[in-house]
Amino acid sequence: MPQIFRRTFIAGLATLALGGMATAQTAAPTDTSIVVASTTSTQDSGLFDHLLPIFTAKTGIAVKVVAQGTGQALDTGRRGDADVVFVHAKAAEEKFLGEGFSKVRKPVMYNDFVLIGPKADPAGVAGTKDIAAALGAIVAKKAPFVSRGDRSGTHMAELALWKTAGVDLEKARGEWYREIGQGMGAALNTASAMNAYVLADRGTWLNFKNRGDLRISVEGDKRLFNQYGVMVVNPDKFPHVKAKEAQIFVDWLTGPDGQKAIADYKIGGEQLFFPNADQPGA
Amino acid sequence: MDEAVVSTFGFGLSDPALANLLQIVGLSLRVTLTALALAAVIGLPLGALIGISRFPGRKAVIIVVNALMGLPPVVVGLVVYLTLSRSGPLGALGLLFTPAAMVVAQTILIVPIVVALSRQTIEDLWGELGEHLRSLGLTDVAAVPTLLWEGRFALATALLAGFGRASAEVGSVIIVGGNIAGFTRTMTTTITLETSKGDLPLALALGGILICLTIALNAGAFAISRVGARHAG
Repeated sequence: MPQIFRRTFIAGLATLALGGMATAQTAAPTDTSIVVASTTSTQDSGLFDHLLPIFTAKTGIAVKVVAQGTGQALDTGRRGDADVVFVHAKAAEEKFLGEGFSKVRKPVMYNDFVLIGPKADPAGVAGTKDIAAALGAIVAKKAPFVSRGDRSGTHMAELALWKTAGVDLEKARGEWYREIGQGMGAALNTASAMNAYVLADRGTWLNFKNRGDLRISVEGDKRLFNQYGVMVVNPDKFPHVKAKEAQIFVDWLTGPDGQKAIADYKIGGEQLFFPNADQPGA
Repeated sequence: MDEAVVSTFGFGLSDPALANLLQIVGLSLRVTLTALALAAVIGLPLGALIGISRFPGRKAVIIVVNALMGLPPVVVGLVVYLTLSRSGPLGALGLLFTPAAMVVAQTILIVPIVVALSRQTIEDLWGELGEHLRSLGLTDVAAVPTLLWEGRFALATALLAGFGRASAEVGSVIIVGGNIAGFTRTMTTTITLETSKGDLPLALALGGILICLTIALNAGAFAISRVGARHAG
């Protein structure tokens, strides 16, 4: 056995490993980049694919989006693993602020939630406007309902709506209520497969392709309002946070250019998100 | 919807979409092959050592290594996530949500496979050649490179098994990589994403590409080992 072969073989493996490790590390864009922890709704609706190229072209800052549920995205910020959080659950965002993980929260845009349901409409709520009454009817009929169950903004909104409807979920819970613990798209897929009702943000619904027998059952109730906010993670807590670039992103998003880009995002002529950074208290 | 399937296979695919797809495939291969190379460097010698040495508790070690072949990717992902997170012990490295983090997770996943399978191969080989090698004056440890070389074609199967495991898993890479577009989005995380968008035909088409790639790589490795075996006589 020629020793040289053996050595080449082992040296080759080692080189491959080290070389691969090096390329894997340098695969990052050479210019600056920030990590934005955001929600599945902003990703699954296609909004980021529309916004980010415009922002990056203008500023040279690459934005790496990690799409999670709102609760998880805020936790990613709490661990210092993101530079910016961009989510939709105001109460949870204010808690994040209160804990000192960010200094300022800015409103960005809103859209609305819609109650999606099967064509057969077992709860008889299609076309109505009162979300509380509709949820009450679903409980009364024990019609199948898919819940995100993942502490996302949509999940928190759903829980608040049950409360508004005067439904004690712990008591009413049964076979009909299915918590899947997954993202918006997965919840819609599940609802589509079992012909269930599901609360969704309009953006994800419009961009969703596997609708089957599902359609919008209830929309237009004021209580279905869905506000998005953005925060830079506090660099005093995490010195590695790229505060400067993060602030440029937040300023762009809430400034005239970003707000216009948000308003310009449409699917089939329908606008998905409505910019409202200038609305006080939003 | 059929358009998506057709375009994914490269017919009438627009340049950016094709570039995007190639980038995803390239990243997936780079991450998995790097993890595989690392696992080989760590796992082959370790497997060989366990194969030829006798020490108290050796059986327990073998059982544990065999069991670790079934490590749930999501658990590995979670542990690597907590370790590499800025609030974790290795947070200062800033590796979370990078391809390097995915390499680490996949390496941890496949090292047990390489160790367990190479241990078996080398143990058998040691049974055949041990006396001969000892008569040449080689100590057990010094015999490891020779054994690895002699068993290289059988060991290639161990590496292919590792490759299959790493290229197919999504549980760990989606947690530690974050599925960031153009940066840590691999074939499997793209399939997860497209499924969640309800674009099932595209997700399925990507799954087809992944399977084809795996078959091509296995066929290539098979051919090389056949040719190699013939030359080695």
